Amino acid sequence: MSVHLDGNALAGPLAEVFAADVTTARLRCASCGDVAALARAMVYGGPMGAVVRCGNCDDVLLVFVQAPDHSSITMQGASWLHIDR
Amino acid sequence: LAVDRLPDGEVSPYLVDDLMVGDELEVRGPLGGWFVWRPEGVSTVPSRTQPGGAQEQPLAEPVQLIGGGSGIVPLIAMMRAHRTAGSAAPFRLLYSVRTPDDAFFRDELDRPDRGTDVTMLYTRRAPDGSPRPPGRITEADLTRYAFAAEEKPNVFVCGPTGFVEAVSRALVAQGHDPQRVKTERFGGL
Repeated sequence: MSVHLDGNALAGPLAEVFAADVTTARLRCASCGDVAALARAMVYGGPMGAVVRCGNCDDVLLVFVQAPDHSSITMQGASWLHIDR
Repeated sequence: LAVDRLPDGEVSPYLVDDLMVGDELEVRGPLGGWFVWRPEGVSTVPSRTQPGGAQEQPLAEPVQLIGGGSGIVPLIAMMRAHRTAGSAAPFRLLYSVRTPDDAFFRDELDRPDRGTDVTMLYTRRAPDGSPRPPGRITEADLTRYAFAAEEKPNVFVCGPTGFVEAVSRALVAQGHDPQRVKTERFGGL
């Protein structure tokens, strides 16, 4: 695993899943309550996807898995996702 | 578009070494609207919900760009957008790079537009007669060359993760509002 990046790096991979640009969307961390753009989150990439951690408390916000035949996202660490229209 | 050839990269060595003029590529994007500067008078959010159309930025706020290595790439795009829009926003760039030979867009940076101030910070070797000894960017560099926190600049920092985190910590320590400091750690997933 290389050094972590930030939520900007998810713009491409998540464009395959979400209709909107999620990097500008705001997430509320279920652990510390911090509300921030996904671009401000810390992203730890691996061969199968990424673990996304809160930029404030470092708890896991979401886990994104990209396999050859499917994508999956767990969002247990985010209590809401706010997308501007 | 700029491509930095990473020796252990999957795509960049192909783009730099193998791709020939005339070859066709399929390109997706641009993607990601967060690390973006928009000139004054241009909508910050393409809004359908606001009567009367888009929200406007209030005034031409100063913009501080801070780049390390190939982190200059999105910043040069902002400088070009600034020029194209004829924006009145005062721009300053601090560009940290190993040696003069390592600088991207050197010709363009040697002749910046009016209203744009460029400071090169060399980490390994500076040109002869350079007043600043080579070294990584410091708080003293920010104090000396960057907009002060009181001037309320919008700050964009792009570079390797260690660079971005050192610079953003120093900016916040100097009183910059973290909400005005946008960062992008370069690399791909």
